[in-house]
Amino acid sequence: MHVVVFTRSTPDTAAKVEVDGSGAVIWGNAATVVNPWDEYALEEAIVQAKNGGGKATVIALGGEMHNDALKHSLAMGLDEAIRIDDPELDPTDSLAYATAAAAAVNKIGDVDLVIFGKESVDVGTDQHTYMLARKLGWTMLSYVSKILEVDYAAKTIKVEKMYEQGKQVVTSKLPAVISVMKEINEPRYPSFIGIRKAGKATIPVWSLADLGASLPDKKVDVLAFNNPPTKDVVVEMIEGEPEEQAAKLVDKLLEEKVL
Amino acid sequence: MVLQAVPQTRFTEEHEMFRKSVRAFVEKEIRPYVDEWEEQEIAPLHDLFKKMGDLGFLGLNYPEEYGGAGADIWYTVVLAEELARAGAAGIPMAVFVQTDMATPALAKHGSHELKQKYLTPAIRGEMVCAIAVTEPNAGSDVAGIQTRAERDGDEYVINGSKMYITNGTQADWLCLLARTSPGEGYQGMSLIIVPTNLPGFSVSKKLKKLGNHSSDTAVLSFENVRVPVSNRIGEEGMGFYYQMEQFQVERLVGALGGVAGAEYTVRDTIKYCQERKAFGKPLIANQWIQFKLAELLTEIEAAKQLNYSCAALIEAGADGMEITRIASMCKLKAGRLMREVADTCLQFYGGMGYMEETPISRYFRDARLTSIGGGADEIMLGIIAKLENMNPR
Ligand SMILES: Cc1cc2nc3c(=O)[nH]c(=O)nc-3n(C[C@H](O)[C@H](O)[C@H](O)COP(=O)(O)OP(=O)(O)OC[C@H]3O[C@@H](n4cnc5c(N)ncnc54)[C@H](O)[C@@H]3O)c2cc1C
Repeated sequence: MHVVVFTRSTPDTAAKVEVDGSGAVIWGNAATVVNPWDEYALEEAIVQAKNGGGKATVIALGGEMHNDALKHSLAMGLDEAIRIDDPELDPTDSLAYATAAAAAVNKIGDVDLVIFGKESVDVGTDQHTYMLARKLGWTMLSYVSKILEVDYAAKTIKVEKMYEQGKQVVTSKLPAVISVMKEINEPRYPSFIGIRKAGKATIPVWSLADLGASLPDKKVDVLAFNNPPTKDVVVEMIEGEPEEQAAKLVDKLLEEKVL
Repeated sequence: MVLQAVPQTRFTEEHEMFRKSVRAFVEKEIRPYVDEWEEQEIAPLHDLFKKMGDLGFLGLNYPEEYGGAGADIWYTVVLAEELARAGAAGIPMAVFVQTDMATPALAKHGSHELKQKYLTPAIRGEMVCAIAVTEPNAGSDVAGIQTRAERDGDEYVINGSKMYITNGTQADWLCLLARTSPGEGYQGMSLIIVPTNLPGFSVSKKLKKLGNHSSDTAVLSFENVRVPVSNRIGEEGMGFYYQMEQFQVERLVGALGGVAGAEYTVRDTIKYCQERKAFGKPLIANQWIQFKLAELLTEIEAAKQLNYSCAALIEAGADGMEITRIASMCKLKAGRLMREVADTCLQFYGGMGYMEETPISRYFRDARLTSIGGGADEIMLGIIAKLENMNPR
């Protein structure tokens, strides 16, 4: 029994991310952090692997910057970490990501569960999670807020999914790919012992050749990154008694078609 | 531009991971509750220490055999620097009493059984401990303590009282300095581990303080408290010397946290002065304010490097007297600098700084302690002067 969780390093959410003169995305010298959504996925992977008496492996796709996230994962208590990196591979291309990720899951073998955080904070996408499930031919269970039951022998899972409108309880066959919400658990902090272990670990890097994977043609071309336009804000003070102010405000809002 | 310290090659990737972990812990497990703890004038140390113990934060320098991490001193430096972000100095003080003030002598000189019984649970965060040296009639003059531990068969019978004891109302055991043989002066004192659930022990009073409100401080009373002789740390009569040795790390840790807290305070003040406007421009546009803050950052950087040299001496296993000399300088410098930072920064916050609920006013109150607790500035000066052989021969 094996749980695989995918993660990546992202700029700290407090960092100021912008596009520089050459069109590159920069965030000064701010540190990278493990994608905040992934902390819940990592915690869940540790818990599920322990409950199922198996192993939890964390994988990141991309360059050395992602070692930070992998080391953080090991420090939290993941059993193994792997980085997939190849000059051919652009992990921001979701289909390429899913293709390489599926090859890695197949290479590992006895995987019952693949866990993702809800999305990546930096690129704001989750389509690679669905694509991976499709590539593997497994069920996709998104927005999981609670794992209610798992039977690794009978290969079934029962989860609670969270939507804006409410909650849904579904059962499914394993293996499955799930993406988790922050309601699912309280991620642990890396312990001193975990940090020691992570510090000593060397993280294997798998190439596409190691995976025996060949990528599909690129479906997406990123043409350019731009800073969001700065908005000109005009402040207008409305004078008068509260009643008058309210009436004037309503007129304005109607005029501007806000109401 | 954000000013950054000179890159410290002492901090490896592992130290930085540890820093991130402690920072996240402080952010989620301490900061949200600190106002409440300040209000209640006590923090739930059993709960907090258990969480920290589970993560291995409480025994960084202690042997793995007793649940410690066996780590180098730079982890302690990181812990001090990150706990200083707690938002109230009482919390790091409570933690460091546990990790570096009440336990070093036990770890170094205690018997195996004593360490198993008291050090291991302290490192795991299952027991809270305190250091009980000061008395109503003896503070700076440690050799003047009067609490007695008289031998009666296999037991010591303890009588006396201890004053200003941090963690005192909730400690499970005390590292107590008491007289084990008649007479006065430096001789005849021993350090003894005293569990607080014994008959005759009581907390006579919880004290109200100027600052460090989230830390509980107590007056403790001992009336015929009986502890086994095996609870003594090391040799009888060596207590004063063990305690002087125990003070070294305590002083460095206090200085490290103090200087880090001063740095955060100055940086917060810079931000405030960039936002607050007077006479049509931000406060920071005044060269006077810029220069004052630049001066403080310079002093802070110098003090930080002094602290780091002291840590490096400890790590290198340098001569005890040399460590004492530098550690005393660290604490003296930190205490004075904190007072200056508190006063200058509060000034630049204006009326806002005088308001009870602002972090700077809490800092102003808390920062005053370092020049008094753990040996007053004058005591540090005395040690430095003595070690520099200034006394007339
Ligand atoms: C909040 C707080 C927490 C504390 N926690 C603990 C604790 O956990 N355990 C513990 O044992 N103690 C603790 N203390 C006690 C602390 O260590 C003492 O307060 C300190 O050592 C000073 O002793 P004193 O208060 O008796 O001052 P005194 O000895 O009465 O001295 C008063 C002042 O006189 C001056 N002075 C003293 N001696 C000399 C000299 N030789 N030359 C020139 N000037 C001198 C100094 O300015 C000094 O501040 C704590 C104190 C406080 C305030």
